[in-house]
Amino acid sequence: MKWGTWGAALAAAWLAAGVRGADEIRIGALFAVTGPAAALGAPEARTAEMLAEKLNAEGGVLGRKVRLIVKDTAGNPEKAVSFCKQLIEEERVLAILGPSTSGETLQIKKLCNDEKTLLLSCAAAETIVNPVARYVFKTPQKDSQAATHIFRSMAGRGIARVGVLVDNSGFGQAGKAQIEALAPTNGIAIAACETYDKAATDLTDILAKVKAQNVQAVINWSIVPAQAIVARNMRQIGMDVPLYQSHGFGSLKYVQQAGEAGEGILFPCGRILVAEQLPDDHPQKATLMAYKQAYESRCKEEAGSFGGYAHDAFALVIAAIKAANSTETDKVRDALENLKGFAGVSGVYSFSPTDHTGLGLDSLEMLTVRKGAFAIAPAAAKQP
Amino acid sequence: MRLFRSIATFLLPVLAVIAFQQDASAAGRGYYLTQATMAAYYVVVTLGLALLMGHAGQVSLGHGAFFALGGYTSAILTTRPLDLPPAAERTLSALGCVLRAEDAAGVPQLVVAPPAAFAAALLLTLAVALLVGYPTLRLRGYYLAMATLGFGLIVYRVLLGTPFTGAADGIHGVPGWSFGGAFTLCGRRDHRVANYYFAWGAALLTLLLLRNLIRSRFGRALAAIHDHETAAGAMGVNTAACKLQAFVVSALLAAAAGVFATHFNGGIGPSEAGALKSVRYVALVAAGGMGNLPGVLAASAGLTFLSLRDAFGTYDDAVFGAILIAVVTWAPQGPLEPLGRALRGLAAWRPARREAARRGAA
Amino acid sequence: MSTFLQYILSGVTVGSVYAAVAVGFNVIYRTTGVLNFAQGEFVMLGGMVAVTLAARLPTGVAVAVAVAAVGLFGAGLEWTFFRRLRRHTPLHMVVITIGLAILIREAARHVWDEKVRSLPFFSGTSVSSLRLFGAALSPQVLWVLGIVGLAVLALHLTFRHTLAGRAMRACAANPDAAQLAGINLGVMRTLSFGFSAALGALAGCAISPLTLTQYDMGADLAIKGFAAAALGGLGDPMAAVAGGLAVGLAEKLSISILPAAYEDATAFAILILVLLVRPHGLLASRSAARSG
Repeated sequence: MKWGTWGAALAAAWLAAGVRGADEIRIGALFAVTGPAAALGAPEARTAEMLAEKLNAEGGVLGRKVRLIVKDTAGNPEKAVSFCKQLIEEERVLAILGPSTSGETLQIKKLCNDEKTLLLSCAAAETIVNPVARYVFKTPQKDSQAATHIFRSMAGRGIARVGVLVDNSGFGQAGKAQIEALAPTNGIAIAACETYDKAATDLTDILAKVKAQNVQAVINWSIVPAQAIVARNMRQIGMDVPLYQSHGFGSLKYVQQAGEAGEGILFPCGRILVAEQLPDDHPQKATLMAYKQAYESRCKEEAGSFGGYAHDAFALVIAAIKAANSTETDKVRDALENLKGFAGVSGVYSFSPTDHTGLGLDSLEMLTVRKGAFAIAPAAAKQP
Repeated sequence: MRLFRSIATFLLPVLAVIAFQQDASAAGRGYYLTQATMAAYYVVVTLGLALLMGHAGQVSLGHGAFFALGGYTSAILTTRPLDLPPAAERTLSALGCVLRAEDAAGVPQLVVAPPAAFAAALLLTLAVALLVGYPTLRLRGYYLAMATLGFGLIVYRVLLGTPFTGAADGIHGVPGWSFGGAFTLCGRRDHRVANYYFAWGAALLTLLLLRNLIRSRFGRALAAIHDHETAAGAMGVNTAACKLQAFVVSALLAAAAGVFATHFNGGIGPSEAGALKSVRYVALVAAGGMGNLPGVLAASAGLTFLSLRDAFGTYDDAVFGAILIAVVTWAPQGPLEPLGRALRGLAAWRPARREAARRGAA
Repeated sequence: MSTFLQYILSGVTVGSVYAAVAVGFNVIYRTTGVLNFAQGEFVMLGGMVAVTLAARLPTGVAVAVAVAAVGLFGAGLEWTFFRRLRRHTPLHMVVITIGLAILIREAARHVWDEKVRSLPFFSGTSVSSLRLFGAALSPQVLWVLGIVGLAVLALHLTFRHTLAGRAMRACAANPDAAQLAGINLGVMRTLSFGFSAALGALAGCAISPLTLTQYDMGADLAIKGFAAAALGGLGDPMAAVAGGLAVGLAEKLSISILPAAYEDATAFAILILVLLVRPHGLLASRSAARSG
């Protein structure tokens, strides 16, 4: 019974594969829609699909429709490699969006570059763009920039001694690397640094360990659900020092989950969370509001940073195609590399041959939680 | 008759392998070879597991850990720079143990050579398999399954939580393995056909090796243990040693597959040691018919190939879960078992009728 | 000192979760001999269904409905599926339930997607805490322990003093004799599955404010819950609770000597040690687990 169904499905798929829209522009995507990185990959996939549909409804680009081929790697490197090869060789895509995690991106970086296929990663590791590979770009802000924002905010509050908590995902480990690298030059001493399992349910033990080091602030770099758990556990054991989180904290839902403990959390983030609060002449305002409204009405959940990376990856490819007025890989690549001042969700992009991230320190804003909502944090305020 | 069957069952896979490649290349679908090559390495794992589960009757829910041990060892050794005094470097270089290779930034560094890394991976796996196997193989039934599950999860957690093993990102940038310039084990497109034959050569060699093992005294001892362990012991079979040997063989095969696959993919991640991967291997062995080696080869190759080609989409895990349930529920001895039973019943029917007729006449 | 005490309280917090799962394992094992790995998924389903309902109903009602629904689901699973598995060894059953757990998890992802959810705290807020010599414990933990304790008490009374309970014990001890004595084996098995699923769901609701509910939380819970049940001995629900707390404590105390990243590995190491050294459990006695 099972074999018959699969056999039929397979036959249909093979048949369908032969029918190619000759006029279509093919863009591939590798996202971790399921698995341990689903919190990153699922919104990314939803965003990309939404944008592709919208673009095609408006007539496509250069008069041609776009065919988005999304593959779910579940965060597995061997699938990332296999699907990447499929996208490049069989689907002959112009560009690949994603992958969602740095580990997967690094596995396919050389492959995409050798095969001259554009790769716009939605992962943040510095090593993705350093050393620069001609065809490899990334859309998230640099973790080092996020860390710098945190340290500057700390300097403004007179904090010099911190405890660091990170989860064991690639996201957390990358953050840890940047925090540890940049702390000394910013005058911050890391008194304790602990890695926990990202699915941990109670972190009071680790926090107690950190508390014993008399830290003046705690940095937590993780994704859900640990973000809320750290916030709550801190208040439960009586740690009243400021809590800094990463841009992974960017969703009102997490604030609700943290409850009272969410008040006063500080974190560097793209402006998607405070889009309404921006002045109308802010370069990103139009893009942010458009994305927010479209995503929230379609997916019934708030827009956040991760979906934003996929939005920018897609939008950048389309913008590059338009600028190059062609779908030849090298022309699109050159156009992309020369793109300046492109307003995306994660920031304003300006690429160059030596900078394939395109975002500067100002792409991030220090945000805080005030009365259960996001607000831009005051620059060097004393605690209220 | 038996010799003919023997040759046929071995020749058939060989011909199929060649035919697939010819067909794919001719049809311009050379890209199938990529997933077929990866599938071959997973076949090596499942064949080894088939020996353990189907013939020795021991379930391992943690075999992904051995694949990961092999893969990670060779990945780490071939990508991390060594710091050796020049004299040591000269000697080891002459022995072929180390070589100078470029890292991702193009900087030349001294690393362990793939053959030496391979040997190290096997040695480490041997040690771990003995260490783990010796106490746990005394357990029976589901206790063993749980213990191996626990072992696999510990390996997964350690790989995930240790920066030295790359933590969640795993290891990337693993170089190809060059066999004297004639052949390079790597994932590059221009080497694809050669890699395909290497991988399937390894898989078929494993098949041959295990078949001979099963037909030997060792194999008969395993069969006796599988049938009735106590009786086998009473007859003088060293049950503990036999089970351990089967465990070690299957672990080494998984590790070797891990090494080759890592060189082919250019990297490895902690997910290879995870519970879902290990359960998948068990599902594949069950689907192939437990001890039925050609069956396991066909099932593993087919299902892994489809999985790697994204035939199952986001339902990938669900498919293997369903296969596991389906096979173990309706045909715990393997999907061909009902057919086998029917055939045996048929075979027994005629002599039974003849016997009844003879008695009736008498 | 207060740091060390916090480790202990943290261990009690996670241990209460494992205890809840372990008791569920225990119930099904006692009456049917099946090690049900889908137990972790019942916990997840309880939380998920309750959160969905809590958007429209008061929390208490949502929890009650969720528990009933998941209980029916568990009973239904036994009635349609497990009932037919007669000639299967315990090993087969473990493997089957693992496959089942995977399917339930994937179905949950399809229905609810990957987002993390939670119920509101049963009492107090997310930051309320009880202070004990400088260490803190969330009141929700007491809810979890309370529920688990009530469940164990109810089980104890049922198994000892009611006809249905004694019938269940008979089914486990000697199915054939039980049938000869007129006990409807099928009904007993269905009831025990249903009860175990309901208990798991209740635990899932109680832990939801603490651990947050996610579609893939079942697997880790099942394995650690099994470790706890094995540690305590599969026959006795009280021992399962003790086992759960022990596993939780070991996990959290381990961070005083190992990096916190290896916390979970500790639970799995305990599992292996228990299986190797005393597979019948540290606290098991006459009602020892079956072998093979």
